[in-house]
Amino acid sequence: MDQLLDQFFNLSIMQQVFPLLVKGLWMTLKVCAIVIPVGAFAGLVVALCATSQSRLARILTVPYVDLFRAVPPLVLLIFIHSGLPFAGISLSPFQSVTLAFLLNNSAFYGEIYRAGLESIGAGQREAARSTGLTALQTNIYVVIPQAVRNVLPDLLSNTIEVVKLTSLASVVALPELLYSADMARSITFNASPLVLAAAFYLVLLWPVVRLLSRLERRVAA
Amino acid sequence: MDQALPPTRWTIFLDTFFKASVIDQYLPSILKGIVVTLEVAALVVICGILLGLTLALVRAYRIRAVNILIVILVDMLRALPPLVIILVVYFGLPNVGIALSNFAVLWLILTLVLAAFAEEIFWAGITATPKGQWEAARSTGLGFTQTLLFVVMPQALRITIPPLTNRTIAITKNTALGTVIGVPEILNQATTATSFAGNATPLMMGAVAYMVIFIPVVTFGRWLETRFAWRRA
Amino acid sequence: MLLIHADARRGLPAARPLLLAQVDTALTPDTPILDVRGLTKRFGSTEVLKGIDLKVRPQELVFVIGPSGSGKSTFLRCCNRLEEPTDGSIRVAGVELLAHKVDINAMRRRIGMVFQSFNLYPHMTARGNVMLALRKVLKMPKEQARAEADAALDRVGLADRAGHHPSALSGGQQQRVAIARALALKPELMLFDEPTSALDPELVGSVLGGMRDLKADGMTMLVVSHEMRFAQEAADRVVFMDGGVIVEEGPPSAIFGAPKHERTRAFLSRVLN
Repeated sequence: MDQLLDQFFNLSIMQQVFPLLVKGLWMTLKVCAIVIPVGAFAGLVVALCATSQSRLARILTVPYVDLFRAVPPLVLLIFIHSGLPFAGISLSPFQSVTLAFLLNNSAFYGEIYRAGLESIGAGQREAARSTGLTALQTNIYVVIPQAVRNVLPDLLSNTIEVVKLTSLASVVALPELLYSADMARSITFNASPLVLAAAFYLVLLWPVVRLLSRLERRVAA
Repeated sequence: MDQALPPTRWTIFLDTFFKASVIDQYLPSILKGIVVTLEVAALVVICGILLGLTLALVRAYRIRAVNILIVILVDMLRALPPLVIILVVYFGLPNVGIALSNFAVLWLILTLVLAAFAEEIFWAGITATPKGQWEAARSTGLGFTQTLLFVVMPQALRITIPPLTNRTIAITKNTALGTVIGVPEILNQATTATSFAGNATPLMMGAVAYMVIFIPVVTFGRWLETRFAWRRA
Repeated sequence: MLLIHADARRGLPAARPLLLAQVDTALTPDTPILDVRGLTKRFGSTEVLKGIDLKVRPQELVFVIGPSGSGKSTFLRCCNRLEEPTDGSIRVAGVELLAHKVDINAMRRRIGMVFQSFNLYPHMTARGNVMLALRKVLKMPKEQARAEADAALDRVGLADRAGHHPSALSGGQQQRVAIARALALKPELMLFDEPTSALDPELVGSVLGGMRDLKADGMTMLVVSHEMRFAQEAADRVVFMDGGVIVEEGPPSAIFGAPKHERTRAFLSRVLN
């Protein structure tokens, strides 16, 4: 039992590495601050293309979405970070991470928005157009707000996944939360820094997970 | 490509990502990786879904202490990045005398994560079944367990299938995380080969392998969703 | 989900087929099928039933009427303990339903119930709906259960719809399948909870016709419904409930022709006009 405590909950080690992990947390949040809003917006654009009148736009979005849904984000990240340099394109870890996760996310957010847009009956669009609103205005003021509300739990759920996803950035040595913790682990030969990192993630995400459960139940009822 | 022509961007691109000699040389190791990925994936899908279903069924009995434990476990597994749990278990357990192989750690953690998400989805299905179904079944003398198994679950499973499929795909893709702890799956084989070959072709092969495996599955998931869409309306 | 909660915690045993020994030996032809005494039901601090006494004799059709919120549905649902009574006594064919040791699943088998919203199992055919309890509660072999189910469906005039799923049936047909589902278990008492309220007017007749046939076959029935004309014609006795109590009861001619209480008069003049 003592061994277990010492190995996973070593308070003095945790205290030592705390500042390092807080730094890592900032990097995690920085990645999130770019990847979540930009990804969510790009996803909306993808979804509007997927449901648009234009056949071409519809056809083009399918391989885009399927490709990035099929390839694991870690594979995409490593491909961008270690594969592209062979073709003369070298990106910094931060650039690789944001690019990989934006491509991945826009596809996932896109699928969610698409389901939301498809849940809005044609009658809403027709009613808005009959009052003289343009197609764009109809989307912005009538369709998208309803669509977003209908898929709010899914959007939230995906956002949790994005935050968790940023931990993969440690693989390409971006000094975010997990990377910092793993560095600390390899120096201290103790898993406590990783447990502390886990605690950070829990503090960050547990309330959101709880909120999500409640939202999902409300939608189901 | 005609040998006489000077290298164009196109030939450079082909040479970097689709070099025939490299493909020949490393195809066997990528295939080995595919086998490992499929093995882990199959074990995770079977064990994760069964465990998730069991947890949801247990939760239906509404034994307070048990349910609090289930909810906490499920919440934690939903909130923590799987890579974090994998590293904690992989690097922590040997120091307290429990040595699991990297394959076992990957399988165990992904199974638990899938079980957590599956439990939530099954539970949502159980609670979405109208109260009248319980009442009708109980009024004919069926017991609680009989009602759960014969009346409620068959209906719950229907609305469970699309979200469960999507979640299962997402978690199965996480088998790529095994590369971090050295499980010789596709990504691991591809990165190793890339560093030996000094060429990005193996990485491309790895990406293509994932596409070959998952695009049909993703398409199937999409089809399931439209097929069951009427249930949500 | 109150129902699941309560039963799960009490850990009720699984249903067993009824043993003859379980029947009260003091049963005589005059023993009421249903004997309710001092029944009360509270939801939190609101008292929905404030002491109900009612006897239903064999082969009787008793109609319960009353304004919404009068507690009539709650009362009906207490009679097979879908709703857990707070206090009182409910005897069905001489067996105390509220006793600790009672095998409630075996008793529910003997008490058929038909719901307002049919509550057919959507994933099973009409025949599957009827067969489920025959197989799982009465442990009947498959072939026998199938024959019994088809016989029950035939009794409600739906022999040709046995293979259909509920979604392929009209509301009236669904409700008759629900009646067959209860009937197949050969209940001694049938409870009807507003069986026609969810039906389009032109489909009500077929369900009432089915109930009329049941009555002719000697089934004992307790019916909560707003079908006043059916009550006048088919009921042996009408019970008027209001505010959680039975205000008055009597033969339909008395209740509809010369109600004694002002509340009954007010209610009837509202619903009959």
